[in-house]
This record gives sequence, C-alpha cells and structure tokens, in this order.
Amino acid sequence: MLSFILRRLLLIIPMALLVVTVTWGLIRIAPGNFYISERALPEAVERNIREKYGLDRPWYVQYGKMMWNIVRGDFGNSLKYRGQPVNEIIRRHFPYSATIGILAYLLALLVGLTTGIIAALKQNSPFDYGSMAVSMLGLSVPNFVLGPLLVLVFALWLFWLPPARWGGISSLILPVITLSAIYIAYLARLTRAGMLEVMRSDYIRTARAKGLDEKTVLLKHGLRGGIIPVVSFTGPALASLLAGTVVVEKVFAIPGLGNIFIQSVLNRDEPLILGIVAFLSILVMVFNLLVDISYGFLDPRIRYD
Amino acid sequence: MSNNETLKGTSLWKDAWKRLLKNKLAVFGLVVIVLMVIAVTIGPAIIRMTTGYTADYVPTDIGEGELVASFPPSMAHPMGTDELGRDMLARVLQGGRISLMVGIISTLVSLIVGVSWGAIAGYMGGRVDNIMMRIVDIIYAIPYILVVIVLLSVFGGPNTPEWIQWLSSKFGGAGNQGLNQIFLLFFALGLVSWLTMARVVRGQILSLKNQEFVLAAKATGVSTPAIIFRHLVPNALGPVIVYATLTVPSVMLTEAFLSFLGIGVQAPYASWGSLASDGIQNIAVFPWQLIFPGVTMALTLFSLNFLGDGLRDALDPQTRKF
Repeated sequence: MLSFILRRLLLIIPMALLVVTVTWGLIRIAPGNFYISERALPEAVERNIREKYGLDRPWYVQYGKMMWNIVRGDFGNSLKYRGQPVNEIIRRHFPYSATIGILAYLLALLVGLTTGIIAALKQNSPFDYGSMAVSMLGLSVPNFVLGPLLVLVFALWLFWLPPARWGGISSLILPVITLSAIYIAYLARLTRAGMLEVMRSDYIRTARAKGLDEKTVLLKHGLRGGIIPVVSFTGPALASLLAGTVVVEKVFAIPGLGNIFIQSVLNRDEPLILGIVAFLSILVMVFNLLVDISYGFLDPRIRYD
Repeated sequence: MSNNETLKGTSLWKDAWKRLLKNKLAVFGLVVIVLMVIAVTIGPAIIRMTTGYTADYVPTDIGEGELVASFPPSMAHPMGTDELGRDMLARVLQGGRISLMVGIISTLVSLIVGVSWGAIAGYMGGRVDNIMMRIVDIIYAIPYILVVIVLLSVFGGPNTPEWIQWLSSKFGGAGNQGLNQIFLLFFALGLVSWLTMARVVRGQILSLKNQEFVLAAKATGVSTPAIIFRHLVPNALGPVIVYATLTVPSVMLTEAFLSFLGIGVQAPYASWGSLASDGIQNIAVFPWQLIFPGVTMALTLFSLNFLGDGLRDALDPQTRKF
C-alpha cells in the first residue's frame, strides 16, 4: 500500500510537467500573441518586446528555460498583471474559490447522499420518482441560468440575500447553492444506483440472514459498498470545485481562480495559464490518488500492490 | 416457411425498443425531442408566414414615445421581444437549430474519434494500448476551454479548412465567416468530448476480444481493421449508443457555457446558450429574455437525459450505473 502511494506520488510531477508541455505547445500553435490585442505596434517596439520576453530565441531555448524555472516552482510573472508573480496571483485568488467550493461540496454530500439513500430504500415510491425527476432537472438547467434566476427571486424580488460580491455569510448562500445544484443532482443519482446494486448483493443477504437489524445492514454494510461509485465521482469533483467555477464566479462577481483562468486564456497570458493548469492538474491527480486509497478502506476486496 | 417464422426470436434491438416503450419518462423525452426537432425545423417558416417576424427582423415602427423595444409576452409575441424588438419565439426556434446541431454534429465527431481510438487501443493491447490511453489521460488534464479556443483560433478566419467551408455552404452560408465559425465550433467541441467515449469503448472491447467469434474471424483470415470495425465495434454498440445520447446534452451545455463566456456562437447567429446569456444582462427588467431560452433549453436537455437513461436501462438491463 505504502509503495503504491509513493509510486503514484512520484508520478504526479512528471505527469504535471507533461500537461504543462502540451498546454505550452497548444498556446504556441495558436496564432497571435499576448501583446497584439488592440492595435498594431511599430516594428521597433515589437522587436523590443520580443527581445525582453525572450521570444526572439529559438523555441527549444524558450521551452528549456521555462521548464527549468517551473521545475524549481517558479512560474514567472504574469504578462497581463505586470510585475505580479503567478504564484502570488494563484495564492491570492485560490481562497475565494476554495471557500465556496468546499461549502458547495459539503452541501452536495449532505443533500445528495441523503436523498439518494432514501430514494434507494423506498424504490419506486413517490419520493423516489419525485427526487429523481428533480435531480434530472438539476442536471438539465445550466448553472448560468440557475444563478441569475436565484438572484432574480431571492435578491431582486424578495430582497432576502445580496445579489453578488463577497462579504459576509449571506453573500455565500446563493453562489454555494448555484454551484452545488448539479453536484447534488449527480450525487443523488449515483448514490441511489450504487445502493440499489449493493442491496441486492450476497453479502447484504448474509448480513440480514445472521439477524442484524435493518439499520446496521444499511449503514454499516450497504453504504460502504454503495458509496464506491460516489467516491470515484467526488474526488475529481472536489478538485474542480476547489479550482473555482467560472460561471458562478462571473455571475456573482467573486474574484476566484476560475475567473482569472478564463481571463488569462483570453489574454494569452502564458505564464499565468501554465501556472493555473499545473496547479489544477496536480490538484486533480492528488484527489484521484486519495480516491484510489479510499477504495481500499471501503471495499476490502480491492487491493494494491 | 412458417416453421422458420416461429423460430425467429426477438432481436436485441426489438427487445430494447419494447423495454424503452415501457419507460414512461423515456417516452416523454423521446416525444419532446421529436416535437422540438419538428418545431425548430419548420417553426421559423411558419412564424414568418403567419406574423411576418423572423429571427433577425428589427421593427422600425415602434410606437411614438416608446423608450424600449423589449415587450413582455403578448399575443403577437408569445415569448416577448428582445432589446431590439425582435420576436423572441422566432429567435428561440432559430437558435434551437444551432443548439441541436451542436449536439448532434459534435456527438458524431466524438463518436467517430472516440470509438476508433478506444477500439484500436483495446484490441491492440500492450504498449499501443498503454500509450494511447496515457494520451487520453493527458488530454483529460488539459482544460477543454483552452483546447477549444486554440482550435477556433488556429482554424478560424482565413485558415478555415475547405471542407468546413463546404459544409457551411451546404447550410446556406456560402463564404459566410460567422457560419464557418459555428461549424468549426461543432468540430472543436466534438474533439474535446471523445475522451470518455474512448474509455467506454476500450472497456467493452477488452471484454469482447477474447471471445470465440473473434478467434473464428482470425482463423478465417480476417484482417485486423476488419476484426475491429466489422466484428468488435458492432458488438459494443449498446453502451456506445447510450453514452452518445448522454453526450448530446453535455455538449449542448458546453456550447451554452462557451457562448456565455462570449467565445461560442457569435452575433448575428444565436443559440439557446447565447440567447440566455444575452438575457442575463437585462434580467432585472426583462426577465422573459432569460426565462424563455433558458427553459426551452432545460426542457430539451431534460428530455435528452431521460431518453439516455431509458436507453441505458433498455439496452443494458444488467448494469444500471446511475
């Protein structure tokens, strides 16, 4: 187990570097540059800019220099936010995304798991059909439609909650609900299906046959097996939630990482793009590893060597 | 002859169709989608014939002293009008053409790429499989927005490949840059959504390739490509169809999201996503401009999801994943 974790941890760095390389290649394939956004520059100015940022060097020199810096953890300065190190920008904006991300994740777990378990236990009941239809609706309404609708009702019509911006707990409610809606829906469906499959299996029958009460059968034996597909979904989901979701941040004017990332892509801000991509890919891979480790605890039949 | 008739069992597909018809929600989804396709196809023409409004008709005779052109839903405009006074119903129907085409064409692209990739990796196995699937892993880790933007900018403008221009000219937009861009978007979205399809197909092929019929095909000297595409892929079709039906709504959501960010469908063209994101600007004053395109889109996605779910249950009664 320990060597498995170690091997996977060691693999994360080269994988992240590979992702950075491919991303860099993609940015370089696309025509245009970060400095030709508004109007054409005089030739001399352009030459100076290219010289300053090392763009006049052959591509392999640029690539080698960049990778050498990245390996040492330095992504350089942003090209658009002049003089601001990429690491600093990520550190500054990540907490906003992480806060609403974690809250949305907890809300999704709470509501999604409960709904899914109840729906599975009362299969084919009105609650089952009702909750599954509602969750399908949750999967079908784009969150950039849901967010503004919630703002319209709770902020502009009822005046209960602030419509946007960061400040106080009340300003978190609408973004968190908007963000978690789709995850609640997904989790409820996954949990229900997982539970239904497990509750039909042999070891549940054994547990019942040896006279355990229904609650123990359900929570101690059923849930552990039924939750496995949920776990494999929530690992990457948590990573992407933490990384910030562009739509919610845009709709509610939250200065999170997702917004910054889209801006950096539109601005062709190469160091910032690469920094965020590397950060995200490491986040995703770490959470995937955690998921794989937790399988071992949930299902004793899964072993790593 | 009649003896032969009785021996004929029901085929897998007939069986699945029967099971699908028993699922009320899936039938509901199917009906809504068929109606939506019909409405989107002939709707704009009907509106033009009956009321004279088209998706881009800007009225010039808005009454004296009227300061805005946005009117709430009325008999003349069942969905109200947008900020220029254009009929929302006509726009929603016209936008639906693009939204549905995004769903269908991008899914086809992702089907072709994903199925071939997954089938080849699964059948070849060993090092080929390993390399192909690691490539999938890496592409998975790259944010798809970046890939879409790069594809759009590399192949956009004067660099548009000829076959895309040819395709868009078939839809009435000869030499039309805006329409070329939309077709490019279809392919870009397809090219970022084939990854899961490849994984699904690979898994299927892995479980099929050691069965007797493959051995029999090999023994009779069938070539490797033929084994993959004539023998293995048709046998893996069930999960592929199911996954494809679920790709359609997810691609449509992605397109809407890109349009929301302003890198998807550009004016003068519109999709449900771009209509809804235009509506967000005026949400406090003219809420119908968000609600109608938003609800139409949600209803369509809702139906597609139910249909996909129903298809999974019908084609694959063993494994109900979620």
